Amino acid sequence: MQKDFSIKDWVKIKDGKISNSKNEIFNSSEKNLDVFLKSVYDFLELKYPKFHKMDGLSKLGILGTEILFRENSFSTDTALIFSNNSSSLETDRQFQESTKTFASPALFVYTLPNIILGEISIKFKLQSENAFFIAESFNAELLKNYSESLLTSGKTSEVLCGWLNLENGEYDVFLCLISSEINIPFSEESLKNLYFAEND
Amino acid sequence: MKKLYLLDDAIISPLGFSTEENIKAIREGRSGLKRQQKPEITENSFYAGIIDESPLNDDFKAIGNPKKYTKLEKMMLLAVQQVLNKNPNLNLAETALVVTTTKGNINLLKDPGNFPEIRIKLSELGKVIADFFGFAQTPIIVSNACISGGLGLAVARRLGSIGKIKNAFVVGGDLVSDFVVSGFNSFQALSQEACKPFSNDRNGISLGEAAAAMLVSIDKPESSGNIALIGDATVNDANHISGPSRTGEGLYQSIQKALKETSISAAEIDFLSAHGTATIYNDEMESIAFHRSALQDTPLHSLKGYYGHTLGASALIESIITKHSMLKNYLYSSKNFGELGVSKSLNIIQQNEEKEINYGLKTASGFGGCNLALVLKKE
Repeated sequence: MQKDFSIKDWVKIKDGKISNSKNEIFNSSEKNLDVFLKSVYDFLELKYPKFHKMDGLSKLGILGTEILFRENSFSTDTALIFSNNSSSLETDRQFQESTKTFASPALFVYTLPNIILGEISIKFKLQSENAFFIAESFNAELLKNYSESLLTSGKTSEVLCGWLNLENGEYDVFLCLISSEINIPFSEESLKNLYFAEND
Repeated sequence: MKKLYLLDDAIISPLGFSTEENIKAIREGRSGLKRQQKPEITENSFYAGIIDESPLNDDFKAIGNPKKYTKLEKMMLLAVQQVLNKNPNLNLAETALVVTTTKGNINLLKDPGNFPEIRIKLSELGKVIADFFGFAQTPIIVSNACISGGLGLAVARRLGSIGKIKNAFVVGGDLVSDFVVSGFNSFQALSQEACKPFSNDRNGISLGEAAAAMLVSIDKPESSGNIALIGDATVNDANHISGPSRTGEGLYQSIQKALKETSISAAEIDFLSAHGTATIYNDEMESIAFHRSALQDTPLHSLKGYYGHTLGASALIESIITKHSMLKNYLYSSKNFGELGVSKSLNIIQQNEEKEINYGLKTASGFGGCNLALVLKKE
């Protein structure tokens, strides 16, 4: 039976601005990534010491997920389907640099893009489906199709999917919580519209 | 969920440049692992399976200019070409391309040679393969640590089940780059001897490089004697990003979910292709998860003693070997196994033997706490 799914809520983090389906949450002109991430951490009053040892990509993913999961109920079987263009290249470069002196195991751990899926799973106690895809640009079609295949086959009841990219200090985060609850229809079109819409 | 049929395949590894050569080497107990020295990275020697580039270039000359492609690209392109040779009438405009890798061309970060900077991106790797053969659809690139190769098969099945894919190429590959050698060395995870999965004297991993390609289809082939993927699941441990769960929770749950999708029980699994990296903690975790799954008596092997850990290619290569094992009704021994060194009993295959195999199980686990289980059936 064909079921319809909806985008329950979404979050965007880009150019110092953070917004969700209801409003703008945070706005900063801070250009330094680490300082920006710390200011969002403080703003959210996130008490999670593990955050500070994470790389930039994981920090962005934790902040985005925290914003979504604070305002929305979520199931422990929520599948994580993430994608980006730069993989873990930001941290790969840092690790490569470290090999000139002492190769850093703390950096090496973060040289895989799916590490953020593990970080989210640990923080929110999700023992669920994971997939990390790499694409040239935001691939709404794949995210929609793959999410739908997991939802319709009963492998999961909800999906957290989206784009989490970080390169040269520039970040672009767009995460969506997908469920059968009625809200924005879950389609390739609505994903594209939300991703490409300018923050007001 | 529909079944996904595993059709033709190719493996490019230090054991040979075709599936047949690889299987022959495994049957004869040969390993691709050799002692390596990298004094600029570590004063200790270590074992790794590295492909000699000159025969690779010789083979590649038949299809393209070796100077225009990176080593990894040549390996992956050769693998795809071999499968295409067996399927000359395949319509590539309607065939999906799923690429699985952890680090792709990461060696270009240190030494880009004549290649443009963008070539390091995994999306470019997908593009190079798609453009070389004329795949029309945007490549689907899976980079999910050491389960990537097997997850690629699950991705094809899942998209196929909702009618988005009919045929797909799943192509996996990774290199033994200085990058990953430095990384695993910094973790003190590299064994100074060839790795010894599940043995009491195991002491870490050996790395390996390889590429593999497999043609898969949602449509059942007309000929009999096929292997199909009938159940799949991934579950995160939610425990630690670089260490396996002490209880094997994610792997246990993956196995349960994959079995649940089929109508069979653990007792019906005739053969288990384990991950078996030969680190102390991974192999111990697997033994706990297998025991909890009532798989302690199921014959199992790890192929890491032949290949080393080929990262984003490993679960694809191991699925290919499992497929052939099932078709031949033949169990291949777990190389470098001495005495059991995990807390739960396991039935490690110590000698090649004939055995009817109707159902096979492939498992994998990786950094980020990811785990995968695939149930294969002979039809």
